[in-house]
Amino acid sequence: MESSYVRRGFALAVTATMALAACTQQPAASPAPSASATPVAQRGAGGELKILYWQAPTILNAHQATGTKDNDASRLVLEPLASWDKNGQALANGLAAEIPTVANGGVAKDFTSVTWKLRTGVKWSDGTPFTADDVVGTYTYMCDEKTAASTVDVCEGVKSVTAKDPNTAVVTYSPAQPFYFQWGVGFNTPIIQKAQYANCLGVKAKDCPADLKPIGTGPYKVNTFKPGDVVQYDLNENFRDPNKPFFKTVTLKGGGDAASAARAVFQTGDVDYAWNLQVEASVLKPMAASSTTGRLLTSYASSVERLLVNFSNPDASLGDKRGEPDTKHPFFTDIHVRRALAMATDRASVASQLYGDGLTGKATCNILTAPTAMESKNSDSFDICKFDLNAANKELDDAGWAKGSDNVRAKGGQKLKILYQTTVNSVRQSTQAIMKSNWEKVGFQVELKSVPASTFFTNTSPDGANHFWADVEMFTNSGDPNPTGYFRGWTCKTATGKANNWNGSNYNRYCNPDFDKVVDQMAVEADQAKLAQLAIQANDILIKDVVIIPLINRVAPTPDGVSKALKGIDVSGWDSVMYNIADWSK
Amino acid sequence: MATTQARLTTATVKADMLRPPRSLWTDAWYQFRRHRLAMAGLAVLSFLIVATVVGPYFWPIRIDTLDYTIALQGPSADHPFGTDNLGRDIFARALWGGRVSIAVGLSAVFIAITLGTLVGALAGYFNKLDNPLMRLTDLFLSLPILPLLLIVIYLFRDVLRAAFGPEVGIFIMIVTVIGLLEWMPVARLVRAQFLSLKQKEFVEAARAIGDPDLAIIWRHILPNTLSPVLVAATIGVGGAILTESTLSFLGLGFPPDVPTWGRLLYDAQNFIDIATHWVVFPGFLIFVTVLSINYIGDGLRDALDPRKT
Repeated sequence: MESSYVRRGFALAVTATMALAACTQQPAASPAPSASATPVAQRGAGGELKILYWQAPTILNAHQATGTKDNDASRLVLEPLASWDKNGQALANGLAAEIPTVANGGVAKDFTSVTWKLRTGVKWSDGTPFTADDVVGTYTYMCDEKTAASTVDVCEGVKSVTAKDPNTAVVTYSPAQPFYFQWGVGFNTPIIQKAQYANCLGVKAKDCPADLKPIGTGPYKVNTFKPGDVVQYDLNENFRDPNKPFFKTVTLKGGGDAASAARAVFQTGDVDYAWNLQVEASVLKPMAASSTTGRLLTSYASSVERLLVNFSNPDASLGDKRGEPDTKHPFFTDIHVRRALAMATDRASVASQLYGDGLTGKATCNILTAPTAMESKNSDSFDICKFDLNAANKELDDAGWAKGSDNVRAKGGQKLKILYQTTVNSVRQSTQAIMKSNWEKVGFQVELKSVPASTFFTNTSPDGANHFWADVEMFTNSGDPNPTGYFRGWTCKTATGKANNWNGSNYNRYCNPDFDKVVDQMAVEADQAKLAQLAIQANDILIKDVVIIPLINRVAPTPDGVSKALKGIDVSGWDSVMYNIADWSK
Repeated sequence: MATTQARLTTATVKADMLRPPRSLWTDAWYQFRRHRLAMAGLAVLSFLIVATVVGPYFWPIRIDTLDYTIALQGPSADHPFGTDNLGRDIFARALWGGRVSIAVGLSAVFIAITLGTLVGALAGYFNKLDNPLMRLTDLFLSLPILPLLLIVIYLFRDVLRAAFGPEVGIFIMIVTVIGLLEWMPVARLVRAQFLSLKQKEFVEAARAIGDPDLAIIWRHILPNTLSPVLVAATIGVGGAILTESTLSFLGLGFPPDVPTWGRLLYDAQNFIDIATHWVVFPGFLIFVTVLSINYIGDGLRDALDPRKT
């Protein structure tokens, strides 16, 4: 999986988010954000836009970002070639004049190169012209390992980025990359000015003064920046759209906590936008519902909290062979046991009790939930997606697993004893309690284990999710807008084990040649509709075969609060929330 | 007249001589009973121990019964301590958790005291052992606790889990780890007491009549060092209960479904403003337990102090 690190990082971020995440109560009644951006009447007519981030930005170069706060604060100034819209489609609101496709010749048929046509006449905020050299300069900067850019993951597999002419940049991949927008689209590849960063390449990238006041092509430019406190932006007079942006200045204030940020947008109306309101659902919901000043923004993408079923044998007595892909799990190799486990999984209660039924997540039985066109509708009718303890009991009875005096089922001396691990996190521990309670009712014996997130997501740790020395484990992961790489994480070749230093992304050690065939087809499919068909097919195989038991589609990126007067916000789960800030108005 | 009085006096003296000799412990008990707070502490602690040991057999609700319809309810007749976010009965969980927490507290401190007293006594009494043992104490004092815990847990968790099962295995591990991390202050206290006491006349007298070293340590010096040790122990119990909750917090303690008092507090922390009862009851139980143990320690110290009779 090309961006497993990205995902791991994401999982971590999500985990951190979950630490305070929601519990109990009813669905969020947040009105859908208006999709159509009102045309901006006049540049700079809007006065000041007030944004509150309870984590303050510390750097304004997204390539050195230490968190979402830095990415977002940087996005007002630095733009990528294109953005991701909420449907996971590339959106030409950045430096590219149009989105390359196979049809328009921009994307090579074999997915080895992408030719980007850039907008003409774009100027940096200092008045100098923007050219394809700046795109190449950005590549040189961020993909040099010595730069230690936080965005370096998207460089994997990128062979080169070259300037064909001043208005054309070519990205070449080796090997072929079906997710050909990996480099160039979204918050990981904002284009920096080559001239400004000329002295900040490689090891010199550390403590580069430009990081605190980057020159950009975005709708705003930095006026003053106090790291860890506040950023003041002014309108960029050189911005390419003469009518945008609407606001004359933007103040992005950092500090405080999520609860006070929620009050600032919902109760006092002090700010126009408040980021990441990770407050208990039962606290947040009434506050948002009764607010006259603000509303809650929630959007969904591909973040799914899931249970993984181990196909290898995690028994410690195997020594060196423990959890190796060529071992067989003592009872999960029996499909009936896996099916029973899935049928005894009460995802609806988890969604309503722990995720506020839509406030921070909703129940799902798909492992791929976005882009919407690729989400399977079939799983609704799968018997294993319905919580039914009787059916689960029957499944095990029929398969010959008989209950013993201790209420634990066994067959041929093998007891159904499960070790179920996840990270230390109150929502996850509550999820574990719900699972355990139901699984024990159908004759599993469940032992719970929780590991600190930092250990759980460390590849070298024996308690790591990638070693998976347990029977069932739980975490959140998400895919790219093109799910090929995501599904590659369940193919035989990527099975994690000693041979690849547990860096394989197939933690389940699942191996099914039929599934591999579907993924191989996906890797060469250029037609979006056919790709969606294949993705649905891949999703359904994994669900029906109970390789994973999806639980919750989590809100991504975060539940934010926004002033009711503010128009034009259209959150995308795939990109920075600031991706269309030029369109925001009042 | 005079003869009658003389007879009476003799009778009193005789009666005095007939009374069984007063030992250190009967003396202490006599003193202890007069310490009201200590007696109250003893009563409360005994009550808590009995309640947590016997209670779960009588309380009809299991610790893991989920009922979402009654989630986060305040105290009521059915649920004296209210319910948590999954509708589990906090009273049942607090009773069960008390068993674990009190057991961890007492056993860990027992290990710490035993080890600390042993090392302190040997170091204080035998000059030759003093330096090596005290350097060992320094070594343990300078160990960074968290990395040490991580190593211990990686090395022994699976072994103990396989040998004793997940709960007992972790119990042994936690109690040992806490005990091993808490003995150093006790060792230093005991050594200091020994250093001063072994110069005293009664020790010299004991040596002069040929008592062996071990007897001198055991019968003459050790009882006199009890008071600081007991104070350290009582403080240690509260510390051990809290250390266990820290471990749970880091995911290094008991499995997450074992409701120790520390775990209950950890689970409840996010709900402090909407379900205060969830935090208050386990917190109060920890508080009461530590407080009563401290009073018992106080009473014991007074009772065992030879200067206070």
